[in-house]
Amino acid sequence: MSQPNQADEGITFDTFMEGVWRQNPVFVMVLGMCPVMAVTVSAINGIAMGIATTFVLVCSSFLISLIRHLVPKEVRIATYIVIIATFVTLVDYLIQAGSLALYEALGAFIQLIVVNCIILGRAEAHASKNPPLKTVVNALGMGIGFTIGLFALGGTREILGAGKLFGISLFGEHFQPWVVMVLPPGGFFVLGGWLLLFALFRNKPATEGGHTHGA
Amino acid sequence: MSMELRTSPHQVSDRSVPTIMKHVVLSLLPVSAFSVWQYGLSALALMLTVTATCLITERWFNRAAAQPSTLGDWSATITGLLLALTLPPAFPLWMGVVAGFVAIAIGKALFGGLGNNVFNPALIGRAFVQAAFPVAITTWVPAFAAKRFSEFVPSTLTAPLMMPPAVSDWIKQQSVDAFTGATPLARWKFENVTASAHDLLTGAVTASTGETSAILILLCGVYLAARKFLDWRIPAAVLASAALTAWLFQWYNPAHYPSPSFVLLSGGLMLGAVYMATDMATSPVTPLGVWIYGAVIGVVTVMIRYFGGLTEGVMYAILLGNALTPFIDQYTQPRVFGTRQKRKS
Repeated sequence: MSQPNQADEGITFDTFMEGVWRQNPVFVMVLGMCPVMAVTVSAINGIAMGIATTFVLVCSSFLISLIRHLVPKEVRIATYIVIIATFVTLVDYLIQAGSLALYEALGAFIQLIVVNCIILGRAEAHASKNPPLKTVVNALGMGIGFTIGLFALGGTREILGAGKLFGISLFGEHFQPWVVMVLPPGGFFVLGGWLLLFALFRNKPATEGGHTHGA
Repeated sequence: MSMELRTSPHQVSDRSVPTIMKHVVLSLLPVSAFSVWQYGLSALALMLTVTATCLITERWFNRAAAQPSTLGDWSATITGLLLALTLPPAFPLWMGVVAGFVAIAIGKALFGGLGNNVFNPALIGRAFVQAAFPVAITTWVPAFAAKRFSEFVPSTLTAPLMMPPAVSDWIKQQSVDAFTGATPLARWKFENVTASAHDLLTGAVTASTGETSAILILLCGVYLAARKFLDWRIPAAVLASAALTAWLFQWYNPAHYPSPSFVLLSGGLMLGAVYMATDMATSPVTPLGVWIYGAVIGVVTVMIRYFGGLTEGVMYAILLGNALTPFIDQYTQPRVFGTRQKRKS
């Protein structure tokens, strides 16, 4: 996660795309695996979790970036956690008010956004060192990358585990559900598959020349 | 004067991996042929499909890793054939394809190929489909059905991703006497009825494709052991510890627990002990370790059968044994000749 241009003032396209592609939280950094594994039994759960996390990530990054010169180094983690927890509580109530079914499906994992490594990681690595606007753009990219990751997992597991996507039946009523996909092992299988796929994509240009040292 | 300098080993055996694997495949042929005779076209189609899937997957991973083809070592053939033999005869072919792919891809190729795999690939494939398709993997059809050579069991030809149709209508047309639809182990567990040793020995029971005839598997195992293609200690330890555990339980409560002979001959214990537990890549190498490994498998099998939610425990017992193998090997290293055992502080 070393970024040489991090302290530069300019907002480039990469500031946004970093989280979506180059440093995707799910597929590259493999951070925040707890919600990734636990809530992605369906696409809608994954997206809801992703949006909630994005909201917390963007808001807390903005606030942390604003006060980055005021917070003494010794108490910064505690400060970050308090700020993050505030926004998580907000999201918690918002989801509960909006959709009780979704709230129950996501369960304790909404509250657990507080300890999601991505949020604290971005606060420490980016928000505390960059101006507010830049850090918001970066946090938005990270959040979207995380949401894409959750959707990829949730979609795959819903398609195989229930034959549906967003609750719409894809294969008719005779579809044979893969029970394992909605169980915890399915999360690991699907995540492993996506990591493999993502690694193949990302490493393609690098290995195109010499392909001699395999395994 | 020219002098040739060589490091050990100085005596080279003509045994190679392909030789051993080829003999295992050969010894599996009688078992496979018997199950085709019992279950007809469906069993044959399942074996061919699963084996073909394993071979194609192996080749595909060879290509992806830019490695030379490893089809020639016959190990993928064994995996495919063994996997098919552990599945129910009327298992839908598309699920067989899933099982075969998972067995080679996740069970073997991702670990780095033959010899690097931690678990028996065939059992990985079976464990996956057991978790994914719990109904299909416990749907049994009778052996020696009347039309077994002229038509497929309807569930065999299920369209990919679709749910297999019920086989009860098909079974009714076959004029099979007293088909219960349950394996001997399930009947013991839920109805407390034990099958006779004669039926179990000759394969006149409901079971997975290749685990019906205990006597045939045992004969093939004896052949392999006599030619030293497998370590005889492993099946001996598995069967002995299973029998001993069963005997202890029967001695404790004869009314409830079945006889050791039933435990030995029913389910997949024979097939598992002879062909699965003896996989060279996933079993210990030290003589003492092999005994421990076999004993663990035997005891765990009986425990799962008696106290677990499943009717059959051989698969998980062997996978557990595989997982313990590195530790068993580490703690049973023989003393190097001429040295003294170091005492651990």
